[in-house]
Amino acid sequence: MVRKYLFSSDHKVVGLQYALASLLFLLVGFGLILIIRWQLAYPGIPLPLVGGWFGEANAPGGIVLPEFYNQLSGMHGTIMVFLAVVPLAVGAFGNYLVPLQIGAPDMAFPRLNRASFQLYLLGGIIMLVSFAAPGGAAGSGWTSYPPLAVLATEGQTLWLAGMFFVIVSAMLGSVNMITTIVQLRAPGLTWFRLPFFVWSQLVTAFLLLLAFPPLQAAAVLQGMDRLAGTGFFMPTGLVVGGEVLARSGGGSPLLWQHLFWFLAHPEVYVLILPPLGIVAEVLANNARKPLWGYRLMVYAILVLGFLSLIVWAHHMYLTGMSAVLSGFFQATTLIISIPSVIVLSSLVLSLHGGSIRFTTPMLFALAFLPMFGIGGLTGLPLGLASTDIPLHDTNYVVGHFHYVVAPGTMFALFAGIYHWYPRVTGRLLDDWLGRVHFAGSLVCMNVIFWPMLVQGLAGVNRRLYDGGLQYALAQDVLGLNVPMWLGAVGLGLFQLPFIVNVFGSPWFGRVAGRNPWDATTLEWSAAPATVEGAAFQGPQVFRPAYEYSVPGAPHDFLPQDAPGEAR
Amino acid sequence: MTGIPWAVERRPDTGVTNATLGLWLFLAAEVMFFGSLVSAYALLRSGADGWPVQREVVRLPLGILDTLLLLGATAATLRASRALHTGATASYRGWTGAALALGAAFLGASALEWAGLVARGQVPSASLFAGLYFTLTASHAVHLLGALAVSGYLLGPGAGLARLEPARYAHRIAVTAVYWQFVTAVWLVLVVLLYLL
Repeated sequence: MVRKYLFSSDHKVVGLQYALASLLFLLVGFGLILIIRWQLAYPGIPLPLVGGWFGEANAPGGIVLPEFYNQLSGMHGTIMVFLAVVPLAVGAFGNYLVPLQIGAPDMAFPRLNRASFQLYLLGGIIMLVSFAAPGGAAGSGWTSYPPLAVLATEGQTLWLAGMFFVIVSAMLGSVNMITTIVQLRAPGLTWFRLPFFVWSQLVTAFLLLLAFPPLQAAAVLQGMDRLAGTGFFMPTGLVVGGEVLARSGGGSPLLWQHLFWFLAHPEVYVLILPPLGIVAEVLANNARKPLWGYRLMVYAILVLGFLSLIVWAHHMYLTGMSAVLSGFFQATTLIISIPSVIVLSSLVLSLHGGSIRFTTPMLFALAFLPMFGIGGLTGLPLGLASTDIPLHDTNYVVGHFHYVVAPGTMFALFAGIYHWYPRVTGRLLDDWLGRVHFAGSLVCMNVIFWPMLVQGLAGVNRRLYDGGLQYALAQDVLGLNVPMWLGAVGLGLFQLPFIVNVFGSPWFGRVAGRNPWDATTLEWSAAPATVEGAAFQGPQVFRPAYEYSVPGAPHDFLPQDAPGEAR
Repeated sequence: MTGIPWAVERRPDTGVTNATLGLWLFLAAEVMFFGSLVSAYALLRSGADGWPVQREVVRLPLGILDTLLLLGATAATLRASRALHTGATASYRGWTGAALALGAAFLGASALEWAGLVARGQVPSASLFAGLYFTLTASHAVHLLGALAVSGYLLGPGAGLARLEPARYAHRIAVTAVYWQFVTAVWLVLVVLLYLL
C-alpha cells in the first residue's frame, strides 16, 4: 500500500499526489485571504471565531498586526502561484493526462518524475513551516524585492530555500514532460494530430525550463546577500531607520527585479496555457465539433511562448527605465495580445454551429471565456507605460490578474476536474452539486474582483493594511471592502459542495462507462485501470484529435485509435 | 515499471534517445542558470564605481592549474566512454578513475584558492568581485560534485547494470561524458570572466 501510493513512480499516482497536495495548498492560500479580507473590511476589529489561533506575536486579542498582514499577503501569492495553481495545472493534469493522451506507457523518466513531486512537496513544507520561524514567514511579498527582502527576518531565508526546491522540481518536471511528448508519442500520432492540451503542456514546459533557472540564480544571489553579507542587491549608502547601513553595497536592487520578472512573466503564461488546453478539450468535446483553427491555435501558442520571454520589464515601468527600453517592452507587450486573442477567438468560434451539451465541465469552460477576456482586456492599460504609471500598485492590478487566474485559470482547472474525474475514478461527479459549485463560485468571484478594479481606478494602493481607512483617495470606495469580504466567505462556502463531491463520488457517484463523454482522444480509449507491470501495448493512431460529427460516420465521434479511413 | 521505449535505441523520426534529449534540455536550463549569473556579473561590474584588478586578487597560476585539471578530467571521461564502446572494460575503469582523481584535484585547488582569499581578507562580503567570485565558483563546484557523484556511482555501486544491460550502461556513460564537457565549458567561461578580464 505505502509503496504503491506514496512512493510509486507511476505517472497516474504521481499526478494524483500533485493534485491532492496542490488542492491542499489552494485551500491554505484561500484561508489566508479570508483573514486578509476581514482585516481590510473591518480594520482593527478582532477576527471572529479564529482570532485566538495565531498567537500574541501575530494577532494579539485577534487583531491582525501589520507585520502579520504582510506575511499573509506575501505567502498568499507565493502559495497560490508556486504551490497551488502551477502544480495543479502542470504537475497534476500534465502528469496524469499527457502520457495517456499520447499513448505512452508512462513519463520518459518515471523515477525522476517521482523525485520532482518529492522536491515540490519539500519546498512546500518549508514554506508552511516558515510561519513558525522567528519573526514569522516571509513578509516581503511574493516578489521578494530587495533591499526589503535582504533585511527581512529569517522567514525570508526559508522562502528562498523553499523556492530553491520548487524550482529544481519544476525544471526536472519540464525536462521530463518535453522528452515524453517528443519521444513517446504513439505510432501515427504526428505533431498536428496531438490534442491541443498536449501542445499547451509542451509550450508550458519550455517556459518553465528556460525561465525558472534565472530565478534560481537570483535566489542564490539573494541568499548570499542574506547569509554571507554580500551586496549584490544592496545599493551603497542605504539608510534604514535613519542610519546608513554598514554593508559593502555597490549592488543593484533592479537586478533582482529583472531576474525575478524574467521568470515571473513567463510564469503568467504557465498559469494560463494549460487551462487554455483544458478548455479546448472540454469545448470541442461538448460542442461536438472539431476545434476551429486548430493549427492556428498551435502556432499562436508557440509565438506566445516565445514572446512571453521578452515582455518582462512591463512590470517595471516605474523604475525609471529609458524611453527606448520602455518602448520596446510596450511594443512586445501589445504584440503578445495578438496570439492570446487568436486562441480565445478560436475557442469562441469553435462553438459556432455546434450542438452544445451543457454539462458541468462545459459550464466552467464557457464561463472561462468571458472571465479570461476581462482579465486580458483589463491588462491592456497596464501594458502601456503612460496608463500604467497611475494604475501601478493599485487594486486595479490586483483585480486584473485575479480575473486571469481565479475565474480564468481556476475555472478551467475546475472544468478539467469535472471532465476527467470519471477517467480517474470510474465514476461521474454529481451534476447538481457541480452546478451549485459553478453558479456560486461565478457570482462570488465577481463580487470579490470587480470592486478591486473600481477601487484601483479610484487610486487605492494595493498594499494598505487598513483597507484604505486613512487614505484620502479611498474614502469614496471604502464601503466596497464589506461586499468583498462577504464574497470571499461565500466563495469559501460554495467550495463545500465541490469538496463533498470530490471525496464522496468515488463511493456514491454514478458509474461512468469507459468513455462517458463520447470523446475522441486516447485517454478515453485506454483501459481505465492499467495493471502495473503488465506489458504495455501502445495504441495505433489513425486521425486528428477532434473528429466530431464527421459526415457519414456511424457515430458523431471517431476515436483517434479507431481503425478506419485515415484523414 | 513498464518498459519505456527509446531508452537505448534512437527513435527513428526524432533521431535521439530519451536520455540524450533529456540531458540537452537539462543543459539548456543550466545555460539559463549560469547565463543569469554571468549577466549579474556584467550588470554589477558595469554599474560599479570601481573594480579591482582581478589578477591581483585571485591567483592566476591556480586558475590555470584548475583549467588544466578539468580539461584532463573531461578528456579522460571521453576516453573512458570510447573504451567502453569497444568493450575494453579495464581501460574504461582506468580512465574513469583518472577523471575522478583529476576532478577531485580541481576541487582541491579551488579550496586552496578560497582559503587563500579568506586569509587575505577577501571574504564574500569584502567586495562585489569577491562575492561574485565565491558565488560563481561555488555554483560551478556544486555542478562538478554532481558529475563526480554520477561517474563514481556508475563506476562503483551502479556497475551491476553493465552486466545486465551493457548497451544501456554504455549509453549512460556516454551521456554522463556530455555533462562533464558542459561543466568544463562553464569553467572556461568563468576563468575568462574571473581571472583574465
